Amino acid sequence: MDLREEEFIYPGTRACAGCGMALIYRMALKALGPKTIGTVPASCLTVLHGMQGFCSTKISVLHTPFATTGAAASGILGSLEAKGLDDEICVLAFAGDGGTTDIGIQALSGAVERGTNFVYACYDNEAYMNTGVQRSGSTPLGAYSTTTPGGKTTHKKDMPKIMEAHGIPYVATANAAYPLDLYEKFQKARKIKGPKYIHILAPCPPGWGFDPKDTIKIGRLANETGFWPLYEVVDGIFYLSKKSKKLLNRENRKPIQDYLGSQKRFRDLGENIIKAYNEYIDNLWKNIEKRIEE
Amino acid sequence: MTNSKKDYQKILGSIQTPVEGEAGETGTWSSLKPIIDLDKCIPVKSGKYVCFNCWLYCPEGVISRTIPPEVDNRYCKGCGICMEECPVQAITMKEVKIK
Repeated sequence: MDLREEEFIYPGTRACAGCGMALIYRMALKALGPKTIGTVPASCLTVLHGMQGFCSTKISVLHTPFATTGAAASGILGSLEAKGLDDEICVLAFAGDGGTTDIGIQALSGAVERGTNFVYACYDNEAYMNTGVQRSGSTPLGAYSTTTPGGKTTHKKDMPKIMEAHGIPYVATANAAYPLDLYEKFQKARKIKGPKYIHILAPCPPGWGFDPKDTIKIGRLANETGFWPLYEVVDGIFYLSKKSKKLLNRENRKPIQDYLGSQKRFRDLGENIIKAYNEYIDNLWKNIEKRIEE
Repeated sequence: MTNSKKDYQKILGSIQTPVEGEAGETGTWSSLKPIIDLDKCIPVKSGKYVCFNCWLYCPEGVISRTIPPEVDNRYCKGCGICMEECPVQAITMKEVKIK
């Protein structure tokens, strides 16, 4: 596959060393090309874009309040339609997991229900990392955050499934550790008309507690243990992505302890949490098996 | 009319200039920089545009897709992802003096 050579982010951003989100954003902009208008709520991505007066991306980006990413994207698309440019220019909404699963969910749901022709990408670093690791709806079971000092007691929200229930033409999950897979999914999403939703796991070195050099390794473990399956749902039909296909066989999945044990946020896990994780993953894959058979 | 429009733009200040190194020279964040062993590097050895995992996985985009691959030490934050992802272990992180 031919990757675009051109970079749309200038080097020297405010993202942390080894940031999963920076890699995702870089690949996403490469896939969507220069004719893109972005909209970003308050998140780590706002930090990457920089302070007043300067920015670090070559594309135009509209910064919006936390709860209005979907509405802002609808607004941009409305103005493009009025100018007759909506076929040419792609609207990209890029929010964190807090801005998608908690605060921004109603604006997103509304925009999707209106049939806005945009790409919504959620980079999921599983907590409010920008403000100092507070739990979000997307924080997994047992994870430490400053608001769940004893570990979170519930599983993470299945956001891709919620978006699927809106009956939109394209829903996909991706992972920062597989940039080529991510690139293909964004390219595919650009060609489809209607609302598109891509949920991407973004390992976060300071928030999850691992060395910056292990970002890709941890992302890969999330897939290999079966915790974060990669799939696409195109017009309601479920496709398991290439990297996750062999995980259908239970023996090919690595033990979940490999993934949890490599991060400091899971340092005090009891046996019951590991058991709950194993049940969660078994259920997840049972559902996937059922959906493939359909 | 033109004057008032300019005033509005000043107040709203929504137009921002894209610049390299928005956060300054981020290379100063870490003194560890990747050193590529050209005897092991796949593109150098084969002379073809293959591999380039370091370029692909770099979150900052500071490694060039050229033969040999070059690292922009002014902005490299020294995370070490390239060292981990190099399939032939041609990259090591070493301390480099930053001006």
